Amino acid sequence: MSKRLQSLGPLLALLVLVLLFSAFTANFASLPNLAAVLEAAAIPAIVAVGLTFVLMQASIDLSVEGVASLANVLLSITVANSVTATDIGLWAIPLVIGVGLVIGATSALVSIYVRMPSLIVTLGMWLTTVGFAALLFPGRLPQILETRITSLAIDKHFGLSSVVYLTLLLIVVAVLVEKHTRFGRMSRAIGENEPVLIMSGIRVNRHKVAAFALAGGCYALAGILLGARIGVGNTQSGVGLLFPSIAACVLGGTLLSGGHGGVRQSMIGVLILITLRNGLIQIGVDPLLQSALEGAVIIVAVAGSTWHLRRKIRVIK
Amino acid sequence: MTTAFSLEGISKRFGEVTALDNVSLSLVEGEVLGLIGQNGSGKSTIMKVMAGLHRPDSGLIKVGGRVVQLRSPLEAASAGIGMVHQEQSLITSLTVAENLFLDKPATSTRMGVYKWGDLRDRAKHQLDKVELDIDPFTPVSELSFGQRQMVELAKVLSLEELVQGHLVILFDEPTAVLNPPEIDALFSQIRRIKHRSSVVFVSHRMDEILTISDRVYVMSDGRNVATRDKANVNVDELYELMVGKQRVNRQDRKPREAHLGDQPALTLKNVTVPGEIEGISLTLAPGEILGLIGVQGSGAETILRTIFGMADEWTGNIEYFGKPLTIDSPAEAVHKGIGYLPAERKTEGMIRNTSVSENVAITYGWQHGRGGGMISRAKERGLIEGWVKKLAIKTPSISHRIDNLSGGNQQKVVLSKWLFGKTLKVLMLDHPTRGLDPGARSDLFAVIRELADQGLAILLVADTLDEVLNMADSIIVMKDGRVSARIEGVQAAPPSEEELVKAMV
Repeated sequence: MSKRLQSLGPLLALLVLVLLFSAFTANFASLPNLAAVLEAAAIPAIVAVGLTFVLMQASIDLSVEGVASLANVLLSITVANSVTATDIGLWAIPLVIGVGLVIGATSALVSIYVRMPSLIVTLGMWLTTVGFAALLFPGRLPQILETRITSLAIDKHFGLSSVVYLTLLLIVVAVLVEKHTRFGRMSRAIGENEPVLIMSGIRVNRHKVAAFALAGGCYALAGILLGARIGVGNTQSGVGLLFPSIAACVLGGTLLSGGHGGVRQSMIGVLILITLRNGLIQIGVDPLLQSALEGAVIIVAVAGSTWHLRRKIRVIK
Repeated sequence: MTTAFSLEGISKRFGEVTALDNVSLSLVEGEVLGLIGQNGSGKSTIMKVMAGLHRPDSGLIKVGGRVVQLRSPLEAASAGIGMVHQEQSLITSLTVAENLFLDKPATSTRMGVYKWGDLRDRAKHQLDKVELDIDPFTPVSELSFGQRQMVELAKVLSLEELVQGHLVILFDEPTAVLNPPEIDALFSQIRRIKHRSSVVFVSHRMDEILTISDRVYVMSDGRNVATRDKANVNVDELYELMVGKQRVNRQDRKPREAHLGDQPALTLKNVTVPGEIEGISLTLAPGEILGLIGVQGSGAETILRTIFGMADEWTGNIEYFGKPLTIDSPAEAVHKGIGYLPAERKTEGMIRNTSVSENVAITYGWQHGRGGGMISRAKERGLIEGWVKKLAIKTPSISHRIDNLSGGNQQKVVLSKWLFGKTLKVLMLDHPTRGLDPGARSDLFAVIRELADQGLAILLVADTLDEVLNMADSIIVMKDGRVSARIEGVQAAPPSEEELVKAMV
């Protein structure tokens, strides 16, 4: 029973936040504001989906900001735009996502075959991709003139943009992958006890490459949707994605030590974080105090969710 | 009576230590072979060789008369050999069904997507074999230890469908985490599978070995010292064989005369650590060496680690010089004058890549400082050099790296770390001679005796019988987390080795 309660903790926290903000502000519970929460949650959610598989395997990927920026710039100069003459139309989407997949797979291969921690490899990959984004940047801000892309963020159906629907679709697919594929099941097992899997003859490295590639693809998708939203290609567009996505995963119960959590838990984490941001604005908290509060809430929430794992001689670094 | 499996002349060394010395073993089809021996007698090494976890340095492995190489557990499995682990080979976040087929080539997936229905049917079939009535899709984390052990068994038994011919099933202390009804269930499973498999069964408990085995195979000091049919087993002879070389030369023995302090240094009353030790009571006087002995997992180490403030949960009372001792961390224990020499020298005892002097001064260097958190290098160096001389530590200089010293000298450095303090009153030694050669051992023993003579209270968890018989004033034998025998006045009237072994297994 207490176990069940533990896994329900983040969901309860989300409900409490929603109830509190609904009770103390006039605006929070309004339909337009709830739609705004979902819009704000969409892109961090896409990033968190990719990251979840990496974290479940007890690895980490810090490259999201670079990869998303690179994807955004690459998209903006390959579709119809105000600066370059190239225009490959919607083919830009598979191209950009393909680049994301390759970058992710590269991180994993380097980590596996050079035997380096994923933390360092992806830290390097972050800066490398930022550099590539700057190299590709044509000098002037390219405006995206391809309306089939910009409409993803602008046109609303039932009050929500296609960005939100696409995100929901991705989440559903990711949950199915997590629950029903060998890759999904083995990802959590790798995080829990990799040596046993190696001794059992499981091709652990393949699953690792797949997880990082999937993550890279998700970051690239995030970069595309950012482009749809801001309408330009910008080398800084991915900045600010790393912290909320990792924090969201951990808040939801996908621990950095691996073996726990999953896509659904991470999504609850994203909603907690975005609800908190939105609610604090509604209450009228000083924006400077806001980030301090966000940080404090994350520490408290994670401390609470990992309380049962404490051991005296367990060294934490 | 055909031989299903045999080892011929297997030897295995780990660095300086010979774990298996020209060992042969043969298994007849359908028999249960009970493997007994003390800690370090080589029984777990021989199991690992059979399971493909260790490769022997020399010797042959034959399955059904054919020589085979077992390079990995997978190769062992395809030769029909499976090992039932103590539930550590299960992934707890996966379901029972997934765990059953984790190490098998047929995974019930199509294009990487699980065919759950197919998996359920196959898993159900395996679980029926061991009469485990649970949903195959239960996560392993929700099972009891007994159920997990049955899943381990089912996992190995699923070899039946995958391998043609006879199976060899290895049980490595399967009963350690089980309660009596679960043990009975396990035994009836073992009897059931005999029709198409041979079984090797390792246990620390003599009664279990005698119940289930057709033959008993005794190991001591890396050799097979005897094999006995069930019909003509003499239990006393088995104990005698297990003692092996750990016999004390009674003629040359020099009894130690202890001068005990009046007030006990440590008193434990009903100390319990859930799942590890239960209701432990003991007293330890200044000047006394109290020897604790038991097989691996008997809980002797846990007693030391609890006193040192490392247990997460414990109940009972510990008194330290008449006052209740409430310690919550090793730092508090050290502050109160309790030292602990851990069994894992390389990971818990010494700090690698640093000098001898840093290792000695790390804990108590401040006691010789200038006060106010300032240390005094010069004074420290003088004292450290004194200890190096006194304990005859062989090192070019005290600024030499500890890693380059021999094991015995490293252990003496770790010991001086505790002796460096002015306030040390109780010293706990956890397998202090592990990995040391005989010369280094007797050196260390001499030092420990001298420390006791100077009034230090010493709690010693020993590796071997001769250690406690030579060193201890009293002996406590541990079995399954409880005290199974207490022997006082050891130096004046030493008990027989067999008496100790009997209380241990």
